[in-house]
Amino acid sequence: MLRALVAALIIGLAAPSLGIYLVQRRLSLIGDGIGHVALTGVGVGLLLHQSPVLSAVVVSAVGAVGVELIRQRGRTSGDLALALLFYGGIAGGVVLVGLSNDSSNANLMQYLFGSLVTTSPQDIVVIGTLGALVLVAMVTFRPALFAVSNDEEYARVSGLPVRTLNLLMAVTTAVTVTIAMRTVGLLLVSALMVVPVAAAQQVTRGFRSTMAAAMAIGLGAAGAGVLVSAEIDTAPGATTVILALAAFVAITVGSTAWRALRRRAHPPQEVEPPDVVLQRA
Amino acid sequence: MSERASAARAGNGVVEVCHLAVGYDGREILRDVSLCVRAGEVVAILGANGSGKSTLIRTILGLVPVGRGEIELFGVPQRRFKDWARLGYVPQRLGAGSGVPATVGEVVASGRLARRGIFRPPGSADRAAVREALTDVGLLDRIDDPVATLSGGQQQRTLIARALAGKPDLLVLDEPTAGVDAASQEAFAAVLGRFAAAGGTILLVAHELGPMQPLIDWAAVVHDGRIAHEGPAPEPAGHHAQPGHDHVHPHAAPQRAGICEWAPTDRLPAN
Repeated sequence: MLRALVAALIIGLAAPSLGIYLVQRRLSLIGDGIGHVALTGVGVGLLLHQSPVLSAVVVSAVGAVGVELIRQRGRTSGDLALALLFYGGIAGGVVLVGLSNDSSNANLMQYLFGSLVTTSPQDIVVIGTLGALVLVAMVTFRPALFAVSNDEEYARVSGLPVRTLNLLMAVTTAVTVTIAMRTVGLLLVSALMVVPVAAAQQVTRGFRSTMAAAMAIGLGAAGAGVLVSAEIDTAPGATTVILALAAFVAITVGSTAWRALRRRAHPPQEVEPPDVVLQRA
Repeated sequence: MSERASAARAGNGVVEVCHLAVGYDGREILRDVSLCVRAGEVVAILGANGSGKSTLIRTILGLVPVGRGEIELFGVPQRRFKDWARLGYVPQRLGAGSGVPATVGEVVASGRLARRGIFRPPGSADRAAVREALTDVGLLDRIDDPVATLSGGQQQRTLIARALAGKPDLLVLDEPTAGVDAASQEAFAAVLGRFAAAGGTILLVAHELGPMQPLIDWAAVVHDGRIAHEGPAPEPAGHHAQPGHDHVHPHAAPQRAGICEWAPTDRLPAN
C-alpha cells in the first residue's frame, strides 16, 4: 500500500511536468498513442521472457522517435500518424501477449488499466529513478522546451538544437508512459499528463505557474486516488483519473463563477479602443 | 565565391544573397535573387502576395532550404553560421495559441536563449534584458499578463521585444505590421528607429510600409522570383499613393481594388 502510494505520487508529479509541453504543442493524445505502442513492448517482453517494463520502454521509445520523425518530415499528418500508432500498437500488443506462454486476460488487464497493488520494491526503484529523470529534464530545460513548443521556427532561428529537444521529448514521453503503466495503466496514462494541465490552465496566467499548479493537481489526484480506491475498493488508476477530472470541473466552474461575480462587482471602467485590422491582400 | 560576395566581405555585408533559387514541390518560387545588406542599413523587401518575398526571408533564416545559390550571414556561409544570437527574428504572428497560458515576460525571455544556451538557467542579466526590451516597446506594465489577453498589435510588439531581448545586431522582420492597429504601428516604427539609430541592421518584409517608410534606406521589390527593383522605396501603386491614405483598412473591406500592389505587378489574386 505504501509502495503503491509512493509510485503513484512520483507519476502524479512527473506526468503533468511533461504533459504541459504536449498540450502546448497540441499533441495531447500522443501519450495515448505511445501507450498503445508500449503494449506491443509488453507483448515482446512476455514472449521473450524478459522484463515487460524494460521492453515496453524500448519499444515505446522507438515508436515515439518514429512519430517525431514522421512529424518533422511533414509527409503524414500528425493525426494520421497517431491513428496508425494506436491501431498498430494495440493490435501488436494483443497478438504478442496472446502468443506468450502466460497469456491470460488478467495479465493483459494489468497493463491496460494498471495494477498498483502488485508493485514490487524493484518496480519502485525503477519508477523512482526514471520519474526523477523525467522531472529533472522537464524542469531544467523548461526555457528551451517552452521556446520549442511555443514557436518552433523561432527556436530554430535562435540556433536551438530543435531536433534534439524534440527527440528528448519523444523519449521522455515513452519513459513516462511506461513507468505510469503500473499505476494508471496504458489506456489512462495520457489522462495523467493532460488533465492536470487542463485543470491548472483554467486559473493560471503564466507557463511556469501552470506547470507548478498542474504538478500539484497531479500529485493530489494520484495520492487521493490511491487512498480513495483502497477505501471503496475500486481500480486506483481509474479513480485517480476521475479525481483529476473532478478537479478540472471544480476549477472551471469555480473560476467562471468567480469571474462572473467580480464582473458584477467591478464593471469594466473603460473599453479598450477597437483594433483596426489592416487588410492583408 | 562570386565577386559580389567577396566584395561584401571586404565591406561589411550582414546578409549576402547570391543567385538564390528556391522551390517547393517542383514549383520555383525564387528564380535568381541577389541582394546585399550592409551593416547599419534598413532594407525593405517589397512585393505583391505570392511574389516570394516571405520565402526569401525564410530562406535567409534557414527555415526553407536553399535550392541553388549562396547565402552568407555576417560573412559566414549560412550552412556553417552558428552565431544566431546576432540575429533577431520577428515572425508575422505569435505561434498558434495552444491554450497553455504564457505571460508576456515568459515569451520575451525566450529571446535570451540564443545568447545563453539551453543549459544555463536564466540570470539577472537575462531578466534585465527582458525588462529593457519590454520598456522599449512600451509593454513593461504587461509583463505578467498572459499574451493571449493582448491585442494583435501588442502581441506583435511582444514579438519584437523577444527579438530585442537577445541584443541582436540584425533584426529580420516578416510583415511586422500586417494586421496591426495604427497606434502599435507607430510604436513599432519608433522601436525600429531607435534600433537603427544605435547602429543596428534591419531587413524587413512588408506589404505596406506605413509609418516605417522614413526609416527605409533602400528597398528591393521581388517580382516573379527576381529582384525587379532595387533603390529608394517606390511609391505604392493604386489609391495608397493618394495623400492622406492612412494605410488602415477595415478587416473585411468590400472592394479589393487598389490593395497595395507594388509596381510592377501582375495583380495576383488577393487571398
